[in-house]
Amino acid sequence: MEFYLLQGLTGLASAASLFLMAAGLTIIFGVARVVNFAHGSFYMLGAYIGYSVSAWLMASPLGDTLGFWLALPITAILVGLMGAGFEMAVLRRLYHGPELLPLLSTFALVLVIQDVTRTAWGPEELLGPRAPGLDGSIRLLGGRIPEYDLFLMALAVAVLAGLWWLFHRTRFGILLRAATDDRQMLAALGVDQKRLFTLTFFLGASLAGLAGALQLPRSTANLEMDLALIAEVFVIVVIGGLGSIFGAFLAAILVGLIQAFGLLFFPTMTLVVIFLTMAVVLAVRPHGLLGRSLPMTAAANHILPPWQPHRHGRLLTGIALFLLAAPLYASPYLISVLAEFWVLALFASSLYLLMGTGSLVSFGHAALFGTGAYALAFINIWPVLGHHGWWLGIIAGVVGGAMMGAMIGGFAAKRQGVYLAMLTLAAAQILWSISVQWLAVTGGDNGILGLWLPDALRPAETVYTVITGICLIGLALVRRVDRSAFSLSVRAIADAPGRALVSGLHPWPKHVLLFALSGAIAGLAGALHALLKGSVFPNDLSIPLSVDALAMVLLGGMGHVMGPIVGAAVFFGIKVSFSAVDYWRFILGALLIITCVAAPGGITGWFQNLYALRAQRRASLSKSRPRNQSQTQKTPQTERHPYKNLKRAP
Amino acid sequence: MTVALHIQGLRKSFGGVMAVDDVSTHVAPGECVALIGPNGAGKTTLINLISGLIKQDGGSIHLHDTAIHHLPAHRRIRHGLSRTFQITAPYHRLTVRMNMAITLAAQQTGATWRWSGSWPASIDAAADAWLTRLDLQSHADDLAGTLAYGDQKRLELGLALATEPTLLLLDEPMAGVSHEDRSSLMTQAKAVLEQDKPGAILFTEHDMATVFSHADRILVLDQGRLIAADTPEKIANNDQVQRIYLGQSGASHMVGAG
Repeated sequence: MEFYLLQGLTGLASAASLFLMAAGLTIIFGVARVVNFAHGSFYMLGAYIGYSVSAWLMASPLGDTLGFWLALPITAILVGLMGAGFEMAVLRRLYHGPELLPLLSTFALVLVIQDVTRTAWGPEELLGPRAPGLDGSIRLLGGRIPEYDLFLMALAVAVLAGLWWLFHRTRFGILLRAATDDRQMLAALGVDQKRLFTLTFFLGASLAGLAGALQLPRSTANLEMDLALIAEVFVIVVIGGLGSIFGAFLAAILVGLIQAFGLLFFPTMTLVVIFLTMAVVLAVRPHGLLGRSLPMTAAANHILPPWQPHRHGRLLTGIALFLLAAPLYASPYLISVLAEFWVLALFASSLYLLMGTGSLVSFGHAALFGTGAYALAFINIWPVLGHHGWWLGIIAGVVGGAMMGAMIGGFAAKRQGVYLAMLTLAAAQILWSISVQWLAVTGGDNGILGLWLPDALRPAETVYTVITGICLIGLALVRRVDRSAFSLSVRAIADAPGRALVSGLHPWPKHVLLFALSGAIAGLAGALHALLKGSVFPNDLSIPLSVDALAMVLLGGMGHVMGPIVGAAVFFGIKVSFSAVDYWRFILGALLIITCVAAPGGITGWFQNLYALRAQRRASLSKSRPRNQSQTQKTPQTERHPYKNLKRAP
Repeated sequence: MTVALHIQGLRKSFGGVMAVDDVSTHVAPGECVALIGPNGAGKTTLINLISGLIKQDGGSIHLHDTAIHHLPAHRRIRHGLSRTFQITAPYHRLTVRMNMAITLAAQQTGATWRWSGSWPASIDAAADAWLTRLDLQSHADDLAGTLAYGDQKRLELGLALATEPTLLLLDEPMAGVSHEDRSSLMTQAKAVLEQDKPGAILFTEHDMATVFSHADRILVLDQGRLIAADTPEKIANNDQVQRIYLGQSGASHMVGAG
């Protein structure tokens, strides 16, 4: 019995730091409606800055004890200032655009902070100081529990109390709650939102920074901290209810306890259990434990350009054929790079199908890619199939991806917006944890090696031609879907869900099919990638890959079927050209932030705007000429009253 | 007697507020019925309940003797129900013609699942016929989101009529429409509805001139309860209605209009 209580206490200790992070994230979401992916990065910065500040202060005349404890608030303030700075420099310009832009700019910030941290502190893990005065452990229930863990729990409760006081007893907090309920109303009442949002980011980021600094005595500071924790914190925020601090507190305890006891009962399944918990909670309570339905910003899609019939078909086919013939003129290195580019372009295009046509944002698109990769691997390593293994594997990848897509879509498409995104993330994390923890089948972190093409296809040129050829077929399929009547009706549903519903269009089956199609394409990309590399790893299902897909689609633009291909070209170009200098993430992140601010429609969107402007100018030029016949025949403006001219059918 | 719409004991509460409280009524085929009441009386909630966008707590809704209250919104359309929204919501990223075509395609099984990039020719032709009827053909290739508000309202009415409803629900059709444009909506909508089979209209409206010149019957809601259902003349002279809703000036207006 005592043993379980001790285990529970350990769980509560990790719940404490999870709560500090989740509280910041949920406050930021509640007030600014921004899903802050960079929250993990603030946490990581907290650990690194805390390391440096505490080292400096502890060596100063202040001494160990005072130095360490003073370092915590200083770190929190420094990280908070960085959060506020990002809000003022970037996010502030994006609130009025589509919901997706602030989110993607925080993705970009993740990349930037990664490389900045690596440059400033180096790639090695840093071992932080012990907490002076709390470095022992006390006897409790027949076991020992670190004093520091108890301190963390007490601190979490204190922070909860402090936040309660802030939100209920101060003018600032009351304004924050008002902003959570109704931003527009608050603005109409004359409250300066800019300052409110900046302060919110300061508060949220400083809580994450504090959590990071507090983590130092328990574990090292390392460069994987940012994305390692973010998924769990998302889960906590979603379980608790987006925007609810007390909900986050309860959910953090729940997740902390599941982690602690999960290790006892099903050590290989803890991650799966956490994400399944979230799925169950959302199924029973769509807005989380204590969440309410929060009004989202009105401007959801208005930057997405209108549907246009596709042009330049012949030109594109020409370019594709030219690139298909690359083995005739390109170096072997270039060929291998190009092959990988095609696979990435196919992967990004599959996400474009979801986002560009259906406005369905997936945070876990790697799930479908990885499903295809593993499906190919399972078939390919089966010796019975002989030299048929490769194409049977590709088919398995497509079918597996489609089935996984339909499954995830069937579940996630019951919800909209952030919740849909979170459910896809949860699905991806479940698959990822299975791939890491189910050693017998997936090989865990060692992956599955030795995937192969038959000897006849082995030469690099042949591999390239086969892979590229299949990718082009896949891309042609995406284009086909994009211009189908089906995709039009999916766009209509995204534009006006209520109107669609009362016109007899049922969104759910269409969204499930869209997920399945997207899954088939992503699965194909995954299978081809596995063949190209000869191996699959849990990385093929991981968050960073999902982020890559989102980055490619955003960079290229969601408004045009060429967007993801252009995006993949730029993304992969930067990655390949700058991987030698080791800060390609920084360059990519900076470029993404610039795209968000300056060209929210992505590269293709920027060109589309340019064309549209030019067409407008041409039209206004022709108007200044004498009126032509068609214009004089037009019904005069004054006669076009609503309803008045409804005519009986002939 | 077969009725276009029959509601029995319909209830819906939000938290502690009874938005629709035990409402029973009917609409006869071909009838034009107005639903009036002060702000927050439950008019839009009632429209949303009938069209299936929200789920009732209790009670039943029958359309031509078919129970529809257990059906999801998109299935109710098949039974002859259609509606417009108070705030217009056409498919703003698509052209006006495509708005029409998709709505028409949604009425056919399978048409919105097609791989082909074009609609069946019959749908294209029907869409153009509708645009002519709505006098929107000059805007056929404009994006619906760029239309003037009045044109958007007209398009939305067209989208609602294109499903060939036997009961058309209009939620404040005049809201945001300029005064001189308000004249002949009901007669025109009725004209379209009457072509094939007699269609009924249930509309909410704050503009009393519209209500009294077009409604065959008026339902009055107050705090979720149906407090009166009668001809315009009798409603105009109903003391309770005057007291809780219209006030003295409204009553004189009603007598003049009715």
